[in-house]
Amino acid sequence: MTDSAPLALDIEGLAKSFDRPVVKDLHLRVKAGEFYALLGPNGAGKTTILRMVAGLLQPEAGAISVFGIDTRKDPLGAKSIIAWVSDEPMVYDRLTPYEYLEFVAGLWGIDPARAQAHATELIGWLGLAPHAHQRCGGFSKGMLQKVALAGALVHDPRLIILDEPLTGLDAGSARQVKQVLLDKVKQGVTVIMTTHILEVAERMAERIGVINHGRLVAEGTLAELRARIGRETTLEEIFLDLVAEEEMAGGPAATAVDAAA
Amino acid sequence: MRLAPASMPWFAAHEARLMWRDGIAMLTGGYPARRIALTIFVIVVAIVLHLMANAIVGPWVEHGIAPDKATLVAITGTGFLFWTVMLSQALESVTRAYYSRADLDLILSSPASSHTLFAVRTGITAATTLLLACLLASPVVDVLVLHDGAHWLTAYLVLAALSALSTALAVLITVALFRLAGPRRTRLFAQIIAALVGAGFVIGIQAIAILHFGNMASRFALFGDPDFIAAMPPLDSLVWAPARAVLGDWPSLVGVVALGALGLGGTIAFAASSFGRHAIAAAGIGQQQVARRARPVHFRPRSQKQQLRVKEWKLLARDPWLLSQTLMQVLYLLPPALYLWISYGQSAGTYVVVIPVLVMATGQLSGGLSWLAISGEDAHDLVVTAPVPPAAVTQAKIEAVATVVLVLLAPIIILMLFASLHLAATTAVFAALSSGSATAIQLWFRVPMRRAMFRRRQVASRVSTIAEALSSIFWAGTAVLVAGDQYTIAALPGTLALVTLAIAWWLSPKGRRV
Repeated sequence: MTDSAPLALDIEGLAKSFDRPVVKDLHLRVKAGEFYALLGPNGAGKTTILRMVAGLLQPEAGAISVFGIDTRKDPLGAKSIIAWVSDEPMVYDRLTPYEYLEFVAGLWGIDPARAQAHATELIGWLGLAPHAHQRCGGFSKGMLQKVALAGALVHDPRLIILDEPLTGLDAGSARQVKQVLLDKVKQGVTVIMTTHILEVAERMAERIGVINHGRLVAEGTLAELRARIGRETTLEEIFLDLVAEEEMAGGPAATAVDAAA
Repeated sequence: MRLAPASMPWFAAHEARLMWRDGIAMLTGGYPARRIALTIFVIVVAIVLHLMANAIVGPWVEHGIAPDKATLVAITGTGFLFWTVMLSQALESVTRAYYSRADLDLILSSPASSHTLFAVRTGITAATTLLLACLLASPVVDVLVLHDGAHWLTAYLVLAALSALSTALAVLITVALFRLAGPRRTRLFAQIIAALVGAGFVIGIQAIAILHFGNMASRFALFGDPDFIAAMPPLDSLVWAPARAVLGDWPSLVGVVALGALGLGGTIAFAASSFGRHAIAAAGIGQQQVARRARPVHFRPRSQKQQLRVKEWKLLARDPWLLSQTLMQVLYLLPPALYLWISYGQSAGTYVVVIPVLVMATGQLSGGLSWLAISGEDAHDLVVTAPVPPAAVTQAKIEAVATVVLVLLAPIIILMLFASLHLAATTAVFAALSSGSATAIQLWFRVPMRRAMFRRRQVASRVSTIAEALSSIFWAGTAVLVAGDQYTIAALPGTLALVTLAIAWWLSPKGRRV
């Protein structure tokens, strides 16, 4: 990934309110092939932002563009290249993993033969082969999340958006999911992920954005964020410092470290 | 007074508190202010039902009720039909007690006695079964008390005994199924039995309607037939004990109540020891990774809409609770169907009795299935983020539901064709209107929920529930009048159905969801 890489995601002036403003004039750019982690305290607006990108919520203001496709003007075009994975696996209890993947591939209009081969590959890759013909109803959280991830990958998305994908997973499942995501990034897929596990963001993400009160309060590589607070420390310390700094300032005052990127 | 933890009264108080809060939340949708409206609604419905019962029962009581064989046959027949409803309801509740996890994992993993829990939950099943029976029977019993004397109050005690017996039988059936069919199949078989029992009620209530409220000369099908009465056991037979108890015969009453209490108590004592074992076996079903044969995988070429339809059909076919839930909805609608027939169907032939039942049942079935397909979407985010136009998703889901309804209704319509083209066409048209109305209402009030929340779908909107029921009733009323060639009067319920839909649309949340 280079600075001249095209933008996978371009958000301009995004705003959304529920009973209070949740996202305020957000500007965010993610380059193609990048692994981007979005951090923030509970209620910061991370999930709302990602749900708007995935087409699950309508923005009140602003524009979202995915690989140059305006999500408002061409929602189906944008959806066809996005995959959304939430912390609650979107899986049907009474379908088997194969049936689920066939359904997902059908929704994305993937050629059945190609989808079948890809599904078999994913099922093996994620260690689901022994359970491929069992209904998902009795699966553990980790297995369900892997089925959901297989569903997200079966249509070869260019942008994968994950909201807390590692919540509730055991170490083995978490490692498998992380490895799959890193492999996808190597293949040129863009990954945007929210997580509360800062170690994951620190190790996996090329760039990190910190959201608070619905705004991007800091953004950059780990080195850039360290430089911003002026000491060599962990991402956890950086994150807590940035959030505290913003809280003390009485609101979102900071600017992105890497705003020009 | 502080109850001893894990004792029977303690469990009973715990269960009662949960049931009360659950019931109130279900009925008020979580808005405490709706309690007043709910209370007023219940009072109005009760008054209307009592007035209807008065109109029906009054003439019968006028000439005095003699405890002759005909009366005993009528009461026993009616009571038996009530009992089948109770058994169907009890079987569904008892099965749920074994299979629904909720707090069962917590309690079974505690040192508390599973015997005590089973006794309490079985007792509560009997109580809720009694409540349903009282709701259905109380208008008639109260009117009889008013016209003929307080001795009719004993009918409530007989209902309590019947509830206890139905619960006991339901427990015995469930335990037998666990032993014979195993935990994996028990739930399915129990639903089939409940459905068969329910179907018996459907057929029976029509016979009762013909017996008591129709043209006696032409519709006295079974219980009123002199040959049938003559073939029944003599007056002093024990078969008539429940009917005698209803009529205020104290020895019979004591016998019936004792039989109910002993039956339930004995069954609890017999089955309690195996409850924990069966419940744990039932809980293990989800965890059992059945060694299904690895079939060759073959992804079929389907359009997006075909994929959605096939998915809906698979999920409906595999839904373990669908059968009992939809059947119970149909059963609960029979009293209004009966009322419609009494009021309007006197001159349209015997088949007219079937039409309102079919039209209302179609509406309710469509409403339930539409909720499952439209609101009960477990992977809502997945479907919304798929590159499929929202209208196409909705259309595919409606088509999936309509196909199921059509498959179920078509054979009956075809059978009706042999009797009368007019009646078959009328049923088809108004069943379609009823189905379409229920589906539209579900669409207007859709709120994404887990499919497992099906039983609590009314929580999402009282308005949609009431509108769905009213539109089905009004379309059924219109159908029965059209079947009876009373086109002018038919315009009234037809208009009311359209007004109901218009009000529902007006009250529905207009902000479209993504």
